[in-house]
Amino acid sequence: MTDKTPKNTSSKQSSANEDTEVASETEPLKTPFYDLHVQEGGRLVDFAGYLMPIQYELGIKQEHLYCREHVGLFDVSHMGQAELVAKDYETAARALETIVPGDVLKLKEGRMRYSVLLNEAGGIEDDLMITRRVLADGSSVVGLVVNASRKSHDYDYINQQLAEFDVSVQPQDDRALLALQGPEAEKIISIWCGDAVGMPYMSEIETTFFDVPCRVARCGYTGEDGFEISMATADAVRISTMLMSYPEMQLIGLGARDSLRLEAGFCLYGHDITAETSPIEADLSWIIGKRRRDNGGFLGEGRILKELNEGPLTRRVGLMPKGASAPAREGAVLYDNDDNQIGIITSGGFGPTIGGPLAMGYVAQDYSKLGSLILVEIRGKRYEWQVTDMPFTPYRTYKAKKPTTH
Amino acid sequence: MSTTYYSRSHEYVKVADGIATIGITTYAQSQLGDIVFVELPETRRGFKRGDEAAVVESVKAASEVYAPLTGETTEANESLIDNPALANEDPEGDGWFFKMSLDNEGELKDLMDAETYQTFVKETS
Repeated sequence: MTDKTPKNTSSKQSSANEDTEVASETEPLKTPFYDLHVQEGGRLVDFAGYLMPIQYELGIKQEHLYCREHVGLFDVSHMGQAELVAKDYETAARALETIVPGDVLKLKEGRMRYSVLLNEAGGIEDDLMITRRVLADGSSVVGLVVNASRKSHDYDYINQQLAEFDVSVQPQDDRALLALQGPEAEKIISIWCGDAVGMPYMSEIETTFFDVPCRVARCGYTGEDGFEISMATADAVRISTMLMSYPEMQLIGLGARDSLRLEAGFCLYGHDITAETSPIEADLSWIIGKRRRDNGGFLGEGRILKELNEGPLTRRVGLMPKGASAPAREGAVLYDNDDNQIGIITSGGFGPTIGGPLAMGYVAQDYSKLGSLILVEIRGKRYEWQVTDMPFTPYRTYKAKKPTTH
Repeated sequence: MSTTYYSRSHEYVKVADGIATIGITTYAQSQLGDIVFVELPETRRGFKRGDEAAVVESVKAASEVYAPLTGETTEANESLIDNPALANEDPEGDGWFFKMSLDNEGELKDLMDAETYQTFVKETS
């Protein structure tokens, strides 16, 4: 019995980010939570150059379900945290907007958004979170979180692309990152960090976790409510020890991180989005604001604006089987009834919450409508699948309650 | 009375009355994690030792199950299709995969006994 699929020690996440496993020639690095992973029975693998837990004793399926029903704690310290340093926020934002299609300039203080780094061909060099971070003196900087497997590439790429601007990437390698995800996340974080209560989705604050300084952002890669806590490496274990003291806390490995993000319909870089796919093909046109559509001014705008207006040739869609089917994995080929190849699966597996196989992939435009039937070939057999709306499981991210007037 | 043998690819072979029952070992299922899908061979299909005979899928990945012996399948465990978790819950009992004839009993001596397999698992894990 041997693994047939490529060892997918990947699961990704964080801020809507994921990573690709990268074979590293050097010793894998350890995050500040390495001892915790070992102590909690984590099965460690080399992931993007870091020793990371694929799962703990509970196992992928139960970790996944526990996170959706209660809460889960993820070590995402391997991801790249950085800031774009410039004389002011506007300078950094204008520069960054030449390589991302989102609105960075008009981002409100303390707000964040998901975007992609573009190349000249309109392909995606990485996906990332961009934050308008407010510093103690009241000024703002651009905060970035990028995929672990892409961070050194991204930092070089950004510096190169923005060489004509007076900006530079300042990696924050002395920081760790934890994600607390699930419907109980707010209740739990409030034990040590009252400031987190009521934070809007996709916002960030500078605060303390009990007495430890940290940044808390309300975001995640699971489709659930949740937070990401960024702290100095030196303080990392103090914060994880507090969180782990919560009796019902459960650590979640990369395996469940991947199945959670898949059910949420989030892209995994290197799989669902690559240097060849455009944000329009990837069904990410929502990340391009009106001002950017009207004015352009970003790498690859020729292709991207054309695809936006005319529709792309292929599109990323969600897929689920019509009847019984084996799970479709990355690389499975899609056919129409006349044996024409019409697409490919870019990530797929089994969704513990939906209780069955699910996948995402690219299909020719004619087949991208909801409900379209296609055939997925798995080990030589073809199964009927159907284009399905994403997310596969409903988003339960935080919606602020309207202030009451009494 | 049955005798159980083990392969290096983590299948077990339980031999009784000239028929071998094949499945994945307790160790194998623990490494795979939650099993969500299995593909079994049709009956009366001939396999040479080492051929791919079945597929087992966990949340994360698909793995092959090899025929540890040369022979012809006589039965597949249909209850595993509806309830793949049986391979986790009772791998060496109700979670068996398929049964086959033994065309070459001499092949059994190339498999491990329980004690040797336990040592093998300890050394490889």
